[in-house]
Amino acid sequence: MVSNNVVIGLEIHTQITSLKTKLFCSCPSDYRGKPPNTNVCPTCLGLPGALPVVNVNAIKAAIMVALALRCSISDLLVFTRKHYFYPDLPKNYQISQYDGIGSMPIAKNGYVILNIDGNIKKIRIRRINIEEDPGRLIYPTGSLLTSKYTLIDYNRSGIALLEIVTEPDISTPKEAKVFIDKIRSILEHLGITDPNLEGSIRVDANISLAGGSRVEVKNISSPKDVERALAYEIIRQSKMLGSGEVVRRETRHWDSVRKVTVPLRAKELEEDYRYFPDPDLPPIKITKELIMDIASKLPELPDQRIERFVRSYGISEYLANVLVLEKSLADYFEECVGICGNPELVGNIVVNDLKRWIDELNLEVIEAKKLLPANQLCKLIQLLINNSINIKILKEVLPKALRSGKDVISIIYEEGYMDISDEKMLMKIVEEVFKENQQAVKDALDNPKAINYLVGQVMKKTKGRANPSITNKLITMKLAEIRGTPKNDR
Amino acid sequence: MKKLIENNITYLVEQFYSNPSLIEEYIHEVYEVIGKVEDRVKSYITLRPLEDVLDEFRKLRDRIKYGFKGRLLGIAVAVKDCIVTRGIRTTCASRMLQDFIPPYNATVVERIINEGGIIIGKTNMDEFAMGSTTENSAFYVTRNPWDLSRVAGGSSGGSAAAVSSREASIALGSDTGGSIRTPASYTGTVGMKPTYGLVSRYGLIAYANSLEQIGPIARNLSDLTLMLSIISGHDPKDSTSLKIYDTNYDRYLSKAPLKNYKIAVIKECIEQGVDRAVMQAFNRAISRFESEGLEVTEVSMPLIKYGLPAYYIIADAEASSNLARYDGIRYGYHVGVGERSYDDVYSEVRSYGFGLEVKRRILLGTFVLSAGYYDQYYLKALKVRRLLRNEFVRIFNRYDFIAIPTTPTPPPKVGEAIDDPLKLYLMDIYTVLANLVGIPAISIPADIVDGLPIGIQILGPELSEGYLINIAYIYEEISKLRDLTPPLVV
Repeated sequence: MVSNNVVIGLEIHTQITSLKTKLFCSCPSDYRGKPPNTNVCPTCLGLPGALPVVNVNAIKAAIMVALALRCSISDLLVFTRKHYFYPDLPKNYQISQYDGIGSMPIAKNGYVILNIDGNIKKIRIRRINIEEDPGRLIYPTGSLLTSKYTLIDYNRSGIALLEIVTEPDISTPKEAKVFIDKIRSILEHLGITDPNLEGSIRVDANISLAGGSRVEVKNISSPKDVERALAYEIIRQSKMLGSGEVVRRETRHWDSVRKVTVPLRAKELEEDYRYFPDPDLPPIKITKELIMDIASKLPELPDQRIERFVRSYGISEYLANVLVLEKSLADYFEECVGICGNPELVGNIVVNDLKRWIDELNLEVIEAKKLLPANQLCKLIQLLINNSINIKILKEVLPKALRSGKDVISIIYEEGYMDISDEKMLMKIVEEVFKENQQAVKDALDNPKAINYLVGQVMKKTKGRANPSITNKLITMKLAEIRGTPKNDR
Repeated sequence: MKKLIENNITYLVEQFYSNPSLIEEYIHEVYEVIGKVEDRVKSYITLRPLEDVLDEFRKLRDRIKYGFKGRLLGIAVAVKDCIVTRGIRTTCASRMLQDFIPPYNATVVERIINEGGIIIGKTNMDEFAMGSTTENSAFYVTRNPWDLSRVAGGSSGGSAAAVSSREASIALGSDTGGSIRTPASYTGTVGMKPTYGLVSRYGLIAYANSLEQIGPIARNLSDLTLMLSIISGHDPKDSTSLKIYDTNYDRYLSKAPLKNYKIAVIKECIEQGVDRAVMQAFNRAISRFESEGLEVTEVSMPLIKYGLPAYYIIADAEASSNLARYDGIRYGYHVGVGERSYDDVYSEVRSYGFGLEVKRRILLGTFVLSAGYYDQYYLKALKVRRLLRNEFVRIFNRYDFIAIPTTPTPPPKVGEAIDDPLKLYLMDIYTVLANLVGIPAISIPADIVDGLPIGIQILGPELSEGYLINIAYIYEEISKLRDLTPPLVV
C-alpha cells in the first residue's frame, strides 16, 4: 500500500463527562444505566415552549481543549441550529456551531504533534464545536440495517459534546490511531472526558484514495477500531479502484462485531443543514481574561508530562510515551515511584507486564488499581530488589493479583513463591535436619560432597523454598562449628 | 348594580380580600357571560369546567385564611393557547397539538398562579400564531364582539375577544408581528408588546423566537399595568431574558405627563393605504394629544417599506426551524408507525397536522434558509432589521414616542381577507416594526368610528414601558375610552 495515496480526516465526538448536567438543561449528565427516557425534561425532549440555557462549564471545558490543541479561540460564542430530520433528534435540529457568516465555532486552526515510531508529524485541527448529543437509537431485532423497528431513548439527548475536526492530514490507519490515542490522553489529562465510559468518545473517519471519492465511516468507538476500519476501507477501495470500479461519495457504518464497514447511504450532494444562529441563545462574549484564567489553571498536558518523566525520572522516551498515553497508567506509575523509587524498573514493569495483563484480562487501569494498589506492586518490586523473588516470580504473581485482588505477600506464601532467605528461620531448619540426620552429618564432616544430602533435606522440609546458597552457607557454617568443638562434646 | 366583572382588577382584589366569597360570585358571573356569548364569539379553545375553577377558588379561600396575598387574587385570566399550562390542554390552535397536555407551566403562568390568578381557559388563535385574523385556527374563527360578522384580529384574537366581551378579566397574548396589538385595536381593548426580553418566553410555543413576546390584553390601563408588572422581569430559564428586576409600573399611572413628551408621527405610515376610518380615529387621537400640550411632529422614515418583507423572511425562517420538532413521535398528532420508515411517518403527520398557512410559512422559511438563498434573503433581512433599528434609535434621540395607526384598516369581515395572503400580510405593516426593532409598543383605543373601535399604536425606545403606560393612561383619561363595552354584552 502506497500510503501517500491515502487522505484521512477525523471527526472526534467527545462527551464532556466532567459536567454535572447536560449542555442546555439541568438534567444529570450521568445518563448511563438509567431506565430509558427517565433522564429527561421539557428542554432535552424538545417539548413545545421549552428553552435552552447553556451550561457555562461546558464553555470552559471547550476552552481548555482549545488551548491544549493550540487553537485560536473565538471571542464570541455563537450557537447554530443544524437541521435534519432523524428520530434521535427531538427538535429535528441539533444545537451546534458552524463556520459561516454570523456563526463561528468556539475554536479553530490548531494542531497536534504526533510521535509515530520516532517520526514527528503535525496534524492540523480545523475546528472545535460545542454541540448537544442526540438520543440513542436501539434496534431490538437486529442492527441499524436489519431491525424491524427502532426504540428511542432520550436519556443521552442534550449531553454536552465537543466535536474535534481535523484537516485531512492523516495518511495511515496507524497515524489515525496514534492521533486518537493522543487526543484521548489530552482529554483525560484535562479531566474533561473519561474515555472509559461507554460511548464517551466516538469517531467518524473520512477517507479517500487517489482516484476515488471521499467515503465517511461513522460510529467507530475505539482507537483500535479506527485503525481497523480505515485499513478495511483502504483494502476495499483500492480493490475497487484496481478493478476499474468507481468509488462514490457515501457514508458507511462500522460494524464493530463483524469488523467490516457497510454502506449506509449514498451522499450525492452536500446535505443542506440550513444552519442559522439559534435565536434562543444570544451570543456570549468570551473575554481574554476568561481565556487567560483558564490557561493559567491548565493542568499538565501529556507532552509536558512525557518530558518531565524523561527529565526527572530518567526513563526512556518510549516508556514515558506509553505511560502517558493513559493518564491513569501514568498516575499509577508515579504513585509507585513515590513509594518505592526505581523509576526505570517500575516503568518497565508497569508498561511491559502490568499493562499487558490489564489488556489481557480486559480490565481498565482504574479497576486494576483497585485490585493491585500501588503499594502492593511496590511490595513485589521491593522483594525483587532484595533478591527475595526473581523477575519470573513477579511476572507470575502479577496476573494472580489482578485476577483475585489478594494481597501479594499472601499470594507469594500461599503459592510457595518466596525463597526462604531468612537466616534465623533457615538455621532452625538446618538444626532440625542435623538432629534428625546424625549419620549424614558425620559423613559430611568427613566428606564435603555429602553436604548435598543435608541441603536436600532442608529443601524437602521447606518444599524447595529455602534459598540454596544461604542454606549451603548455613550448613557449612554449622559443620565447621561441629569440627571446632572437642569430640566428647559432639 | 354594577357587575363585579366590570370592575378593574385592583379594586376587585381589594374586595375579594375583605370578602373572599365574592370570588365565587364573580366566577359564576364570568361563566354566565361565557354561557351567553361564547357560542357566538368563540374566544376559547379550552374552557376549564366551572367545577374545577370553583375547586381552585376554594383552595385559594383556604390559603387566604393562612395569610396568602396575591395581586391577582381570584381573578379570571384567559391565556392564549400557545402558552403552556401544566395539565391544561395546549393546542396552538393546531391539529398537531390538539391533544397535547403539557407537563409544565410557562414562567408567566407560574407567576400568575403565584399571585392568586385563576387560569380559566385557553384562547383561540391563528394556528401557531401565524395570522392576523384568527381565521387560521384549525378549529374555528373567533368573532369580533363589536360586530359578529367581523374578525377579532389575530393571532391573539381569542384573548382580545374574551377580554372585550367580559369572558375573562384579563388575558395574555403573544405578539410576534402585531398579534397582541391588532386584536386589541379591533376589539377596543389595550394590548402591549413589551421590549424583547422583558417577559420570559419560557413556555411560549415558539413561532419566531427573535421577534415574539408575551404581553397583556386588558380593558384599561390599570389592569394592563398590573399584569405587566407581574409577568415581566428576569427569568433564568430564558437566555434572552433581560436582567430586569424592578417591574412595578404602578407609578406610571399618572394623569400628568412624567416628562415633557415629544411625539413623532411617521409620515410614511399615514400617507397612503390607510383606511378613512383609521385615519379619522388617528387624527382625533393626535389632536387630543396636541390639545393636552404635547408636541407632535411628522418625521420621515423611508426605510419603513422594507420592514414587512424583512419581517416575513425572518419570522418564516425561524418558524421553519421551530416547527421541525412536530413529527408525532414524542407528543402531538400520532399515526400508526407499522414498519414504515421515519420519513413516511413524519410526512403523514406533518401533512395532516399542519394547516395551509403553517405549511406555507414552513416552505418559505425553509427556502430562505437554504444554501444559495441564505445570503440573498435571510442575511439581507437581518441587514434591514439592523438598519431599521438604527433609524428608530435616531428618532428616539429626538422624540419620546412614535405614534402610528395600529393597523391600516378596521377589522375585516370574516372570510374577506383570508384567501389573499398578501392582503393579510399587509395588515401587519405597522405592527411588525416594534418586533423587528425589539422595542415596546402599545395599542389603545383611539376612537370609535362607525360603531367599531379603532386603535392607535404608540412605540417607545427599549424598556420605556413605564412612559408608554403614562402616555396611554393620559390618553385614556382625556378620551374616557376605557372599559369599552361591545354591543353584544349589553
